[in-house]
Amino acid sequence: MGPAMSDADEQVGGMDVDCEESVHVLYHFLDGELTETRRLAIRKHLDRCAPCEEVFKFEAELRRVIADRCKDHVPDQLRNRIAEAIDHERLSGKS
Amino acid sequence: MEFMPSLYTAAMRMTRNPADAEDLVQETYLKAYRAYGSFQEGTNLKAWLYRILTNTFINTYRAKRRRPEETDVEDVEELYLYHRLTGDGSTGTGRSAEDEVLESFTDDEVKAAIDSLPEAFRIAVLLADVEGFSYKEIAEITDVPIGTVMSRLHRGRSALQKALHEFGEKRGLVQASPL
Repeated sequence: MGPAMSDADEQVGGMDVDCEESVHVLYHFLDGELTETRRLAIRKHLDRCAPCEEVFKFEAELRRVIADRCKDHVPDQLRNRIAEAIDHERLSGKS
Repeated sequence: MEFMPSLYTAAMRMTRNPADAEDLVQETYLKAYRAYGSFQEGTNLKAWLYRILTNTFINTYRAKRRRPEETDVEDVEELYLYHRLTGDGSTGTGRSAEDEVLESFTDDEVKAAIDSLPEAFRIAVLLADVEGFSYKEIAEITDVPIGTVMSRLHRGRSALQKALHEFGEKRGLVQASPL
């Protein structure tokens, strides 16, 4: 079951955007991969369609949580190891 | 060195092993240092570094795997997690209940969910959703066509949602899907 299939057709520069289409391009929208015209058309639909806006906000929040939870603390020793390895590389290059 | 936290995060999800991740990041920096002469100033340094990271991972660590990995994911419906958290249709309760479930996912659960994806899908999702690369950048980093990137993202994200849902079920946060 998708969001309520309201007949919220939006006309922006001749483009119609309905709920089904919005969800279909949801990820491209969130990925920033739509043309500006398309993006504006979807944005306009979302401004007027609460169910679709809810879906988009959920998916955006999910993505934020995923990125946030993956963060790792870089071990200090790793920074040191790499600095030393590069120094070694640089010095041996000069000989 | 400014990219080290990001590279390390990516290396952790690629290798799924802290010791290998450290080695991978070190190897990447050494290769980048050696190859820096071939890098064009003003072009995308982060993508260039990630290309080295990804290639090094594929060449070094894929060979180490003892058993062949699954290379595909099952088909999963769109908005898998959303539908299951909200039930049929909108609950009308506003988004706070769903947001609470999202917020409650732990580091370990999200990492395990990503780690459960086969390599090609895992790398695509990682590059897009954790590192924020564009489709074009991901295509360049992984050396596959943009269409393949989009397909892997689409299916990888769905598989990821399903994996997260299973964690949520285990903790009793969500209802079990009807069979």
